[in-house]
Amino acid sequence: MTGPRGKAGTTLPLRKARDLSTVKLTDIEKRFGDYVAVHRMSLEMPEGGFVTLLGPSGCGKTTTLRMIAGLLDPTAGEIQIDGKRVNDVPIHKRNLGLVFQNYALFPHKTVADNIAFGLKYRGVGKSETAQKVKDALELVQLPHVAERYPRELSGGQQQRIALARSIVIEPDVLLLDEPLSALDANLREDMRVELKRIQERIGVTTVFVTHDQSEALAMSDQIVVMSAGRVEQMGAPQDVYNTPGSEFVARFLGASNIVEARCTARDETSIVLEAPDLGRIVIPADRGPQVNGTGPVKLVLRAEKLALSEDKPSDGVISHSARVETVDYQGQAARYFIRLGELQLQAINMIDTHPHGEGSEVSASFRPSDCTVLPA
Amino acid sequence: MGVEAREARQPWILLSPALVAITLLLFVPLGFILVYSFWLRTATGADVAGFHLDNWAEALTDRFYRDILLNTLKIAAITTVVCAVAGYPAAYFIARSNRNKGFLLLLLMLPFWVSYIIRTMSWINILGVSGALNSLLLWMGLIDEPLAMLYNEATVILGLVHFLMPFMILNVFVSVDGIDQNLESAANSLGATRVQTFISVTLPLSLPGLAAGGLLCFVLAAGTYITPLVLGGPRDAMFANLVFEAIITQLNWPLGSALSLMLLAVLGALVLVYNHFLGMAQLMKGMG
Repeated sequence: MTGPRGKAGTTLPLRKARDLSTVKLTDIEKRFGDYVAVHRMSLEMPEGGFVTLLGPSGCGKTTTLRMIAGLLDPTAGEIQIDGKRVNDVPIHKRNLGLVFQNYALFPHKTVADNIAFGLKYRGVGKSETAQKVKDALELVQLPHVAERYPRELSGGQQQRIALARSIVIEPDVLLLDEPLSALDANLREDMRVELKRIQERIGVTTVFVTHDQSEALAMSDQIVVMSAGRVEQMGAPQDVYNTPGSEFVARFLGASNIVEARCTARDETSIVLEAPDLGRIVIPADRGPQVNGTGPVKLVLRAEKLALSEDKPSDGVISHSARVETVDYQGQAARYFIRLGELQLQAINMIDTHPHGEGSEVSASFRPSDCTVLPA
Repeated sequence: MGVEAREARQPWILLSPALVAITLLLFVPLGFILVYSFWLRTATGADVAGFHLDNWAEALTDRFYRDILLNTLKIAAITTVVCAVAGYPAAYFIARSNRNKGFLLLLLMLPFWVSYIIRTMSWINILGVSGALNSLLLWMGLIDEPLAMLYNEATVILGLVHFLMPFMILNVFVSVDGIDQNLESAANSLGATRVQTFISVTLPLSLPGLAAGGLLCFVLAAGTYITPLVLGGPRDAMFANLVFEAIITQLNWPLGSALSLMLLAVLGALVLVYNHFLGMAQLMKGMG
């Protein structure tokens, strides 16, 4: 037995019992002919971290993952794993765990043989292999399927086996390419929790690719929002969500109102905006770090930060009367489209007893500190 | 009439034109041949109807027929192996070329636009005494007089490989093309080199296509009579040539019938073995 055994008696090294690896991308670029899939991208992923590349299809997130994996060669730039340049290291020597959307289990091999596949090329002995396969199956909570074939398992089970296969080799980095996208909605949320639990338990540095914002927000230590081959913003989920760095991020993550406004004054502590129908708004300066001087700007207000009520709101908020035009009832919450002067805004509010009716007059209020200001 | 009865009848209605054609053009003539094989050919050249086992006794016991049958199977086997070894890389290349796949498949189909007989005879212009290859070698001064390259077993196999290679490539192509490339990526990422990935993932998953292509090549090669006729010497007759000889030259229909049924039985047994292990569905895939 080589690996240190954790307290659960498993041969898979757990967090702290192993060396964690960093991934560093420096100015990497990928061109396919004239098409630039990834523009000079730099990124440092902390050891043991869970980093999500998030963006719509065609944004370059999978291309980036495939470059880290060694399935694609970057046109320019450098990829480092654990401080070592790996650009010229072939994929089979990079020691990475790779999980695909379609599971990619070997259909002609049993579950046990699938999991043992990578161990075969690492000179692991027979009895140790058997033990590791058993431990991996227990880790993904499928201890009884070793002798079955992949086609005999459900999608969720197959994805667990794919995960087991990729972590049993003790990879330096775990790369997940939309691993949950092929699953049903309910199962997806269960697997999300499960995947995160396993990742935290073994502590492997993980790069996760998804187009699903809720997966990204729920699972990540760090989110990298990508669009058209460029990084739009990176940061902790809460920061990216609450302080979108660009209009794209504001629109892509959650539902946002984006209002054209003018910055009339800016100092160390506050930004003064003049917006049509909303009037004068004074916003804390840290809500608009990219705004340098006066002129046209964009005011971003999250739909759930715009509160509708029939009563007069409390102090410290900006409030205007508005009319509810459309109600999109969602059970515990409702999404309202309201008319506020010339503006059409959306608000997502929890439903207390019953939703506001269509056509009803409400007061729409928000806190200036919930707004974000972006350059126009 | 109930809905169920109507639905049950529908497949048969759709199948009936094909079934009628197959029955009239295949099973009825086959029945005639079976009946003929028990008739008796007399010294006067007239056939005597009846149930005689003489033809079968001759076909099954004469060493001459047995040797030629074994030689036919040997030539078919060599042809199949050559097609598999040479065709697999080509099929793999076509399946994995993302941009030119359609064009490469068109090139593969191109030979079918020329008659098989003409394709076979083209080798005479290449390998014949005054053919292209001999002319070239003479011109280059490498030989002083033309080499006799034609009319032997090697040229028969060459002609068969030329004829059958597209069938092998097509079958292997369908199989390899259906393999998810992520499987290969997954194997690579787990530490397998490209060669190891090929041996442990790609090759086993493409075996059904290889087997289907192999079966087609073997059966078509074993049943051929034009290629040995055009490219073979007097000693290179294959089993179908015996059938041709008996029926067309000697007008001995009863013996020819027995011989052709014998070949049919051997090749049919092979198809049954294949079907037992792999199923006919794979064969259909490769032909479609």
